Amino acid sequence: MKSNLSRPLLFTAALASSLGLYSLTSKPTLAPDPNNAGLKLPAGFGALVVAETGGRARHLAVTPEGNIFVKLNRPKDGKGILELHPTATGKATVAGGFGSYGGTGIYAKGGYLYASSDEDVYRYKLSAKGEVENPAQPEKIVTGLLNRGEHESKSIVLDNAGNIYVNVGAYSNSCQVKDREKGSMGRQNCPILDSAGGIWRFRADKAGQTYGSGMRYATGLRNVVGLDWNQQNNQLFVMQHGRDQLHDIFPAMYDTKQSAELPAECLYEIKQGANAGWPFLYYNGLTHQKILAPEYGGDGKKLADPKYLEPAAAYPAHMAPDGLLFYTGTMFPEKYRNGAFIAFHGSWNRAPEPQKGYYVVFQPFKNGKASGPWEVFADNFAGSPEKVASGRADHKPCGLAQGPDGSLYVSDDKAGTIYRIMYTKK
Amino acid sequence: MRKSLVLLALLALAGSPALAQKKPAPKAPARKAVAASSAAVLKGKSIYTQNCLTCHQADGLGVDGLNPPLAKTDYVLGDKTRLIGVLLNGLKGVDINGEEYHGVMPAQTYLNDQQMADVLTYIRNGFGNKASAVTVAEVKAVRTGAKK
Repeated sequence: MKSNLSRPLLFTAALASSLGLYSLTSKPTLAPDPNNAGLKLPAGFGALVVAETGGRARHLAVTPEGNIFVKLNRPKDGKGILELHPTATGKATVAGGFGSYGGTGIYAKGGYLYASSDEDVYRYKLSAKGEVENPAQPEKIVTGLLNRGEHESKSIVLDNAGNIYVNVGAYSNSCQVKDREKGSMGRQNCPILDSAGGIWRFRADKAGQTYGSGMRYATGLRNVVGLDWNQQNNQLFVMQHGRDQLHDIFPAMYDTKQSAELPAECLYEIKQGANAGWPFLYYNGLTHQKILAPEYGGDGKKLADPKYLEPAAAYPAHMAPDGLLFYTGTMFPEKYRNGAFIAFHGSWNRAPEPQKGYYVVFQPFKNGKASGPWEVFADNFAGSPEKVASGRADHKPCGLAQGPDGSLYVSDDKAGTIYRIMYTKK
Repeated sequence: MRKSLVLLALLALAGSPALAQKKPAPKAPARKAVAASSAAVLKGKSIYTQNCLTCHQADGLGVDGLNPPLAKTDYVLGDKTRLIGVLLNGLKGVDINGEEYHGVMPAQTYLNDQQMADVLTYIRNGFGNKASAVTVAEVKAVRTGAKK
């Protein structure tokens, strides 16, 4: 009762003081939206809507100058990349657009902006003001990446040695002879892995590289959308989208409830040559076991060959991790530093069970290793618990980026909202 | 085309909605359409729940960018031969209502003619749709490749 009374009082006091501040200074200041952009956040954090782009905002990049580049899944008015310039309030204005191609990947590093279509990787020189100098004349870094319409997006990240890493997703759910058909078994040795289902590495500074000139850096990864370079242990981490439809394909082996909870979405720590085991296995996050896939003789219990990579951490099934970011800023409290944020786009494959996700998770890290249980960091992108359950979310978090002051930016590819989350406690 | 325009103009001139309502219903198209029976819809719903719901969802609205909606689309409400063909052959890489979808629809040939007719009749009359039934004979005709 007491807290019920004091809360509105506190709020009124806060409002009065901020109004007072406003009347004293005419200078606009950075502040969260009164409703924190509709998000539920831990105590001490606030959020604002940076911009409503109205496009399918996939990944985004923020330059040291605070300019924001947003990659659209489909070009809007002929522009596949939006350039936003910040204002003092934290709101940004769309200054322009360029790049006639849709896609997912975008990353800024070392004075360049890198962006991908579903087949190619481009780079644009950034000016001293962090603006793209020649939007119509990018260098084509990589051409002709495999796109067979399924798991087609190409996510990108750079290391500190001049390499760029590109996801080439498998054009299949589980490498069946007939993709997603009931009872169809797995193709022997899964030939898809020769050209997809892994991470490819290219030089970041060399134009005109073909698919074949790249190196298959890691394999056995069904589809990766969120990936990032960990600066602490100088290593690649990726989030895999786990396989779908265990019940639909093998109804005698899995009921709908098991199918909704299996397999886990996994975080992998990737060394050169790593093999995460898709399509031969899936990870059971409830028993912490690598299970032999039913397409390859599994019965839901048989364990897979132990030679395959163990996940660094596991999360509930089908939540579609689309963004991964290691937090290197100092704005957020100590516990967040060098930990990972993961944007879960939200599930569909849990039906008829309620859907799950549509939030940003925090995964603590210690010395470059996932350490301790994950927690939901930013919630309510969907708009309500009912919209989570039905999967009819208002917003779907997709990309993550860190601003120069340590703010966390989140893009939404459903409504095109760009969010900025800040630590506001003094 | 011209005739119907004239007819529309006449109707507009006639003005009174009561008058328009009293006009005899337009003649059914030459091909006889069978109305959906509630028994077929009920059986179709059960087949839908078991085999289709994961992708197309309980509300038939599909999944953004992956699995197309079944509500109010020409693919479901239009040409039945094409619709039956989707169950028999699967579907991939087709824009629906101007949107791209990247999900893969596998062939559903484990369903027999009756089950296909029922589930298609259900989706043509569920999710706010209203269209004629799909008959076993129509499914059989497409499955055997015979043109009507």
